[in-house]
Amino acid sequence: MPWIVRQLVRLVVVLFCVTLLTYMIVNILPGDVAIVILGNLATPQDIAGLRADLGLDRPMLVRYFDWLGSALSGDLGRSYRNGEPVAQAIIDRLPVSLQLMVMAQVIALGIAIPVALLSVRKPGGIFDRISASAAFGFLAMPNFMLGIVLIYLFSVSFDLLPATGFTPMSEGLWDNFESMILPSLTLGLIEWTVLMRVLRSDLLTTLKEDFILLARVKGLSPWRVLLRHALRPSSFTLITILGLNIGGLIGGAVIVEQIFALPGVGRLLLGGIFNRDLILVQGTVAFIAVGFVVINFLVDMLYAVLDPRVRHVRFRS
Amino acid sequence: MSASAAKGAVVAATRPRRRWHWALALPLGWLMLVVFLAITADWIGLPDPSAQELILRRKPPSAEYLLGTDNLGRDMLSRIIYGARTSLIVGICAPFLGFLVGGAIGMSAGYFRGKIDMLAVGFIDILLAFPSLVLALTFTAYLGQSLFNVTLALGILSIPAAARVSRANTLAWANRDFVLAARTIGASNWRIITREILPNLLPPMFAFWLVAISVIIVAEGALSFLGLGIPAPQPSWGGMIADGREALDVAPYTALIPAAVMFATVLSLNFVGDMVRNMVDPRRSAL
Repeated sequence: MPWIVRQLVRLVVVLFCVTLLTYMIVNILPGDVAIVILGNLATPQDIAGLRADLGLDRPMLVRYFDWLGSALSGDLGRSYRNGEPVAQAIIDRLPVSLQLMVMAQVIALGIAIPVALLSVRKPGGIFDRISASAAFGFLAMPNFMLGIVLIYLFSVSFDLLPATGFTPMSEGLWDNFESMILPSLTLGLIEWTVLMRVLRSDLLTTLKEDFILLARVKGLSPWRVLLRHALRPSSFTLITILGLNIGGLIGGAVIVEQIFALPGVGRLLLGGIFNRDLILVQGTVAFIAVGFVVINFLVDMLYAVLDPRVRHVRFRS
Repeated sequence: MSASAAKGAVVAATRPRRRWHWALALPLGWLMLVVFLAITADWIGLPDPSAQELILRRKPPSAEYLLGTDNLGRDMLSRIIYGARTSLIVGICAPFLGFLVGGAIGMSAGYFRGKIDMLAVGFIDILLAFPSLVLALTFTAYLGQSLFNVTLALGILSIPAAARVSRANTLAWANRDFVLAARTIGASNWRIITREILPNLLPPMFAFWLVAISVIIVAEGALSFLGLGIPAPQPSWGGMIADGREALDVAPYTALIPAAVMFATVLSLNFVGDMVRNMVDPRRSAL
């Protein structure tokens, strides 16, 4: 079988197992939705009736395939709580989460690339050592902690930016941007450390190659060598790490959306968990997991496209 | 100029170890203090960390309340120290649990290969297919909130990483001559795994465990911060930061003190973890 087909088959299998596992976690573990909806005073008859209405009395695997069937056609069911279609709820909140993650990545790359370039100009020099220490420090900051510190600094102490709340883009681009700065900084300021370390180490390896020596001998300026010759071949690991970090970014987004009261998918999930809204939790977790798997798959593909050496090795294996 | 830069790059890349042995005293000292206080918390005359005194709420640090009081008038110092106990229990036990299960999975996969390996790798892949915080949230939400359940959920989350480390190391050791020798003299699989391979797995697993402690402490903090970790009256650093967030404008120290303590602890753990990893496996320290 060609490599790409095998990868696709593997993708489908993983997706199947992931949705099944989501379904099992949410359905096997204790916590009866019927009791939650009806309250503690409900009679056993009422509870049995509601369970039948919701289809909870059927075997779990049957319910799973039912759910999978509708999920494939874009129907993730309706929230037990307010009847809102889950798929629609996710789609409504997705842009906020995506904007948060994209802005966070832009900030992270915006810091990581210049810092890595500056620190390989003189490895072991003052800038290199300071930036390594800074990265070590930021890496030890949990995102919920950094979020609080940023709110304290920028909103409470200096009143520069809004502490919480979200302004949609339709109500002004700048206001929207302003409400997203602190949340994305919270994620970006931690993320850059990993990216910088990887890029720095790859740059150091690349700089030892002969073609760099040739470029230097030609008399190109050190910056030109770094930017035009060394950066591109050094960024493959960076791309992989970008993909791998998306899992952490999604988890971080859940926390950051909660801290800054952003109406994103993460907060939707938390609300569902607090309300014991099974269908909503199930749909959201499945959506997040599937998104994560697919993105990682695409990054793998991208990696193979960008770096012919990888493609070659993988095709043969 | 460029030649010296290139030379510098080579020197930096091949520099064997970072020289911060002397600087290790501070993080080690801090960790020892945290561990000591967490163990002796009951015997050093601390006020009850859950005792509320609403009249005395949000008192700034003073001689009587060294770190002040929180939104409900509870003693911050006491809560920080009992919170350290929570963090350490979860941080040490959860990875340990993950390493017992994950280590066993990884070792059987790496030793027996074939179908067992395929199943194990598939299992790991699927657990890794979830963003870990989302999986942890889902587990604790449905298991119910308690110290035990949080530890269990985070322990399950550390299975894949532990399984990967032990599988990779087992694969490398299982081909060595001494394993072949043991097999030739008729040692059983069980004996080879426990007496020949396991002792060689312990150093890398230990280094990894140190790193896992700080990751798990942060994860527990995140769960408690979201209100889905350690249940309310029991102190936890993450929960304290979340409580303090309410009063960031009037009593910022209620959030900033636990934040600083958590930062210092995670930073120290990372320092020590890096150090141990350099000693155990110099190749990986290059990055």
